[in-house]
Amino acid sequence: MAARDGGVSCLRRTEMIGIGIGELESPPSDSDQVHVLAVDDSLVDRIVIERLLRITSCKVTAVDSGWRALQFLGLDDDKASVEFDRLKVDLIITDYCMPGMTGYELLKKIKESTSFREVPVVIMSSENVMTRIDRCLEEGAEDFLLKPVKLADVKRLRSYLTRDVKVSADGNKRKLVEDLSNFSSPVTTSPPPLSTSTSMESSESTRPSSPVGFISSSPESSTSPVDSPIRRREMKSLGLD
Amino acid sequence: MNTTIVAQLQRQFQDYIISLYQQGFLDNQFSELRKLQDEGTPDFVSEVVSLFFDDCAKLINNMSKSLERPENVDFKQVDSGVHQLKGSSSSVGARMVKNVCISFKECCDVQNREGCLRCLQQVDYEYKMLKTKLQDLFKLEQQILQAGGTIPQVDIN
Repeated sequence: MAARDGGVSCLRRTEMIGIGIGELESPPSDSDQVHVLAVDDSLVDRIVIERLLRITSCKVTAVDSGWRALQFLGLDDDKASVEFDRLKVDLIITDYCMPGMTGYELLKKIKESTSFREVPVVIMSSENVMTRIDRCLEEGAEDFLLKPVKLADVKRLRSYLTRDVKVSADGNKRKLVEDLSNFSSPVTTSPPPLSTSTSMESSESTRPSSPVGFISSSPESSTSPVDSPIRRREMKSLGLD
Repeated sequence: MNTTIVAQLQRQFQDYIISLYQQGFLDNQFSELRKLQDEGTPDFVSEVVSLFFDDCAKLINNMSKSLERPENVDFKQVDSGVHQLKGSSSSVGARMVKNVCISFKECCDVQNREGCLRCLQQVDYEYKMLKTKLQDLFKLEQQILQAGGTIPQVDIN
C-alpha cells in the first residue's frame, strides 16, 4: 500500500503508474510545462489534487508537509539553494490546516524568500472562514480554494499562468497574464483573451479548456477585493456554484 | 459484443449509482472524481476510494484507542482524527461518513466521551456500508467493460 511518509512524491512508483499519476522525474523537454508544488498532509487529498492538476496539463510534485515543501524548494535552513538554481516552480498550492507548519506559515516563508516570493501561492481549506481567507490574501496568497477542490477550481488556477515568457536568469519567475504585483485587489482583472489562452491550452491540454470556465470567472471585474475568491467562496457555500 | 447485455448492464449501473446519490451515500464530489477518470486511468476512482477506506480503518482504530479509558481520553487526538476523516470523506464524496464526522466533532468539542463512542461506531458502520456499495458499483463497471461496453456518464443534477 501507499507509503504515508510522503517525501517528494506520495506514492511508490507502481501505485503511481497504476493510478496514472505518472513519472516522478520529468524529461528536460517538459521544461515548458507548468510545474506545481502541491502540499497536503492528507494522502487522499494529495492524490486528488495531483490528478486534478495533471488533467490540466501541469507537472506536479506533491509533498506531505510544509517542511518537505521548504526542503524541496531549498528553503530549509541546512542547505544552500545552489542546487536549486534551475528549479522551476510556477505555482504552489497548499492546504491550510496541517500539523507542524500550517499553510499560512508556509505561505509566509515563501513570501519571505528571495527565490520564490514571486511564485503564486494558493491556499486550500475545508473551512470557509473569512478571517482566515483575509489573512492569507494579506500575506500575499493568490487565491483561496474551498475544499473539496473541483476540476473547475483547478482550471481557473491554470488561467493565472502563462508560459509565454521564460526568465533565464531567475528561473523561478514566470510572467503572469495579468499584472498581479498589485496584491491589494487579488485576481480581479479579467481573464486573458480567449483566443490566446485557448491556443496555449490546446498545445498542452489533454482536454480542451472549457470556455465557460473563463467566462464565468470574468464578472468579478470590480475593484473591490471582496469580489473574486471571497465572493466565490460565499457563492459556493450557498450552493450557487 | 452483445449489445443487449451491455445495455442491460449499463442500465443497471446507472440505476445503481443514481440510487447511491439519492439515498445520500454519495454527494457531488464523487461525480467530480468520476470526471477525472478516463480510458487511460480506468481505476482512478476505485483506487482513491480504496485509500480512503484504508484511511478510515486506521483513523477509527487510533481514535478508538484514544477513547478507550474513560479517565484518560485524548480528545485532541480524537479531534485530529475526526478532522482528517471529515476532510478525506469530503474529498471523495462520502456524504454519510462526512455527516457523522460533523456530529463527531461536536461531541469532541464538548469532550463528550459517550457521544464520541457512538459517533465512532456510526462512522465505522457508514464507511463499511459505503465500501460494500462501491464494491458492487465497481463490479458493475468491470462487467460492462468486459462485455465490451463503455461506462455511462451519469448526470446527477
